[in-house]
Amino acid sequence: MSTQIQESETETETEETSEHQTRRLAEKRERADMAERAETDLSGADETARIKVFRYDPEVEGKKDPRFDTFEIPFTKGMTVLDALIYARDHFDSSLTFRHSCRQAICGSDALFINGRQRLGCKTQMVDLEWPVQIEPLPHAEVVKDLVVDMEHFYDQMEAVEPYFQTNDLPDGELEEQKQTRENREKVKMSTRCIWCSACMSSCNIAAGDNKYLGPAAINKAYRFAMDHREGEDMKEHRINIIEQEHGVWRCQTQFSCTEVCPKDIPLTEHIQELKREAVKSNLKFW
Amino acid sequence: MSQSYDRGLIEDFGRWQEFSAGMWAWIFHKFTGWVLIGYLFTHVAVLSTATVDGATYTSTLQGLESLLLVRFLEVGLLAVAAFHILNGIRLLFVDLGVGLGAQDKAFYAALVATAAVTVASIPTFLVGAF
Ligand code: HEM
Ligand code: SF4
Ligand code: FES
Repeated sequence: MSTQIQESETETETEETSEHQTRRLAEKRERADMAERAETDLSGADETARIKVFRYDPEVEGKKDPRFDTFEIPFTKGMTVLDALIYARDHFDSSLTFRHSCRQAICGSDALFINGRQRLGCKTQMVDLEWPVQIEPLPHAEVVKDLVVDMEHFYDQMEAVEPYFQTNDLPDGELEEQKQTRENREKVKMSTRCIWCSACMSSCNIAAGDNKYLGPAAINKAYRFAMDHREGEDMKEHRINIIEQEHGVWRCQTQFSCTEVCPKDIPLTEHIQELKREAVKSNLKFW
Repeated sequence: MSQSYDRGLIEDFGRWQEFSAGMWAWIFHKFTGWVLIGYLFTHVAVLSTATVDGATYTSTLQGLESLLLVRFLEVGLLAVAAFHILNGIRLLFVDLGVGLGAQDKAFYAALVATAAVTVASIPTFLVGAF
């Protein structure tokens, strides 16, 4: 479980130097306490889970060579991989770096390579994994530090498909609702669930070899809007033009890796294939 | 960002043990497709001996068939072709968006059927080879 460090509120020193001094001492005490608590946690735990975490820090001499650090975590029921990482960071090494925020599979921050597969740390139970659990940064992305990878390229690909609603046919009245049929909503429902975690992109063998490939998430995003009837025919054509380019849908070789790792269970390959057929249809339209 | 780290090979075929059905199907399909192309060259070479005369063609074939290696290669060729055709049909369904939820099972079915066809062909291909 995450053990948040409580900043002690007792630091109301007058002099700056002594304030600094007290804080340092307080922090030192805090760390000693934490280590001690970790000891008791460990001895009191039902089981000890071992995690092997990828470490890399280009800015610290001696940490420039990637390595794996092993941490022993007192396992508690319901513990996720993210919980284990937080425990390790808070009790053993505060320099351990990873992205996380919501802890409920909705912010898309903590896609990691866990036991050889892209998963969300917060959505993966420790009990469901073989121990020791090996935690690495997402493959096919540049590692910035420890488990943090550079997401810029992924976001660029997402932006490339214009991931927002656009339409030329607005309803007449100014306050008129722009309604979607139930069926149409059903059609795009799964595609709307993407949390931009990049797990799919990381798992894709094609994206790894072709840096310009839009990738599963971006194509799924294009699908979400291309299939939305409210955008109208012109906009759909515009969207098809984007995804049928050289580095668009046709790069997909139906390996199904993305579909398998998507934490939101989006049928990515199915959507890509459907857009391929849409692209063919729009090009064959000679009537 | 000052510097970043590219983890290279471990991210690709180094993790083959983690590959799942769809990935294996892709690898096997590529492989079998190109083996079939390769076979086409040898096939044409052998057939073209018929342009010399009938006797040359017959002796070429007889000579090849007397080699144990060739007999085994024929079994292999059948396996490769069978898988490529069966998985090719699976891929056609995938392209049509039919039964995508069962694509992994379709791959396993293709493997099993390939194995069955291959085993069943052994008596035919290897008769009199030993
Ligand atoms: C009934 C017979 C066959 C079927 C159903 C079939 C089906 C297919 C399909 C659907 C693909 C495309 C895979 C994709 O979506 O990427 C493909 C690829 C290919 N096929 Fe076949 N095929 C057959 C016979 C053959 C034969 C006889 C040859 C060789 C002479 C061959 C050579 C190839 C090659 C080289 C590829 C491309 C592999 C690659 O992606 O690099 N196929 N086949
Ligand atoms: S499609 Fe799935 S795996 Fe890909 S970024 Fe969105 S939520 Fe993550
Ligand atoms: S922490 Fe937000 S998705 Fe895991």
